[in-house]
Order: sequence, then C-alpha cells, then structure tokens
Amino acid sequence: MTHWPFILAAYGLTGAVTLAVTVWSYLAMRRAEAALEQKDHVK
Amino acid sequence: MRVARPKSAQGLLEEIPFRKGGLSLKARPAMHAYANPARFLKLARPLTPVCLGLGLILILIGCYAGLVLTPKDYLQGDSVRILYIHVPAAWLGMGGWSALAIASIVQLVWRHPLAGVAARAIAVPGALFTAVCLVTGSIWGRPTWGTWWEWDGRMTSMLVLLFLYFAYIALANAGDDRTSVSRATAIFGIVGAVNIPIINRSVVWWNSLHQGPSITLRGSTIAPELLWPLGFTVFGFSFLFAAIVLMRMRANLAEAKREARLRRLAAA
Repeated sequence: MTHWPFILAAYGLTGAVTLAVTVWSYLAMRRAEAALEQKDHVK
Repeated sequence: MRVARPKSAQGLLEEIPFRKGGLSLKARPAMHAYANPARFLKLARPLTPVCLGLGLILILIGCYAGLVLTPKDYLQGDSVRILYIHVPAAWLGMGGWSALAIASIVQLVWRHPLAGVAARAIAVPGALFTAVCLVTGSIWGRPTWGTWWEWDGRMTSMLVLLFLYFAYIALANAGDDRTSVSRATAIFGIVGAVNIPIINRSVVWWNSLHQGPSITLRGSTIAPELLWPLGFTVFGFSFLFAAIVLMRMRANLAEAKREARLRRLAAA
C-alpha cells in the first residue's frame, strides 16, 4: 500500500483548516477594528 | 491602596474600557498589569504579526523537512510523516483547553477583565485543531493499523474533548445575560479540564492501538533524525495559535468597545 495519498490528504486538510481559521480571524479583527475607527471619526 | 472590585469581568470591561490613566503598575499585582485593554492592545498589536510570521516560517521549514528530508520509519514507512502535523494538532487541542481552564480560573477568582475574552478566543481554534488531530490520526491509522477508527481510550477521550469545545462555544454564545452566561462558561471551562489528564494517561491506563508516550520529561524514544522537524512544527503551530488568539481577542475587544459606546449613546 502506498502511503503518499494518506500523507497528502493529512497535510492538505491541515493546511486548509489552518489557513481558513487564520484568514477568518484576521478578517474578523480588521472588520471590528475598522468599524471602531469609523465610529471614532464620526464622533 | 485598595482597589474596588467590579461586579463582573464583563462589567469591568465596560466600566474601564481603554482608560489610559488609573493606578500605577507598581500599585497592582503583576497579573493585573494588562487588565486595562488599552495597555493589552499596545502589546498585542506588534506581537500579532511577529507570532504570525514566526509561526508560518517554522511550520514551512518543519513540513518541508518532514516531507522531504527525513528518512522513512523502519516499521511504519512513509506514513510516519503525518507525525509532524498530528502531534502539534494534539498539543494545541489539549494545550488550548488547559489555557482556557486557567483563563477561566483567573476570570472567576481574580475577575480579570481580559481572562474571559482570552478563554473565548481560544475555544474556536482549539476545537479546530482537536478536529485536525482526530482526522489526521484517523488517516494515519488506516495504513498503519488497518482501520480508520477504534473506540479506545485515546481516540474516545480526544473525541470527548472536541464535544467539550463545541459545548463551550455554544454556551459562550448563548443568552443575553452576559454576566451569568460568562460565569457558567468559565465554570464549564474549569470542569472540562478533568478530561486533559485522562487523554494524557489513556494510553497507559487502557490497552490501545495508539502507541504509548514517545516524548516524556525523561527523553524521547523517537530517533533524532526523525524527531528534529517536530520541534519546528510544534513551535510553529504554537506561535500561529497565539497569533490567532490575539487576533480574535482584538476583534472581541473592538466589538465590546463599540457596543459599550452604543449603549452609552442610547442611555444619554
């Protein structure tokens, strides 16, 4: 049995999940801080 | 000097949001030095890109070494390369809940206003890395053990940890009464920590397909030529996890400040 399809599946899944949670957290942070800054300017 | 205690961590967060003055650092216990969100953000803003960059570089080096530079295991063959992502994911799933439990204790006992924010910021990435640990372990199990899943102590207790994360996230997002929900969530975080030593000792207490502890305080049973990339991926994923938690804390703090302002405006 060749192991490489299993290895690539494991690395691919880990990479996709890690990238997704990192980008999601970054965008949430930018959105929240931008909304706060916008509020500061309006004030 | 006596510092008046607020009614709750959430209350304190709303009462002293981003106040730059207040007591001097010398007058406060060391732990409360960063109770002021403004002071915490002053540290978190430069720390976030550092953790993010360092994490990504270490992960890339570790994964490249694990996939290309290290030799096959004499028994498991190439499938041993899954070790370099499976172990950091397990470490972050368990370490994440341990940090969440410590933050919950700090929130309940010392009413530190940022401890609850930190605990809630840990929950989602902790759950995702626990899920990654379970799936990569299952993928590793198929060529190594001949099965995707076995209801043994290690795998079952890890699955319980994932369900605990789901319950914590659901509880943290439930209801409008922030004070009681926050307290219940913190208690749940502390109680759930009982599962961490069970996961750790499961391969010793019960017969399992999962191998016994390979890395202990007394040393490692893994050959050095297979072991070194693991250091890169464990530290890399840990730095990345820290960056994700900092970003989620910053988002939560910005939202809390905006909500507090809207409430003040509505009351005025």
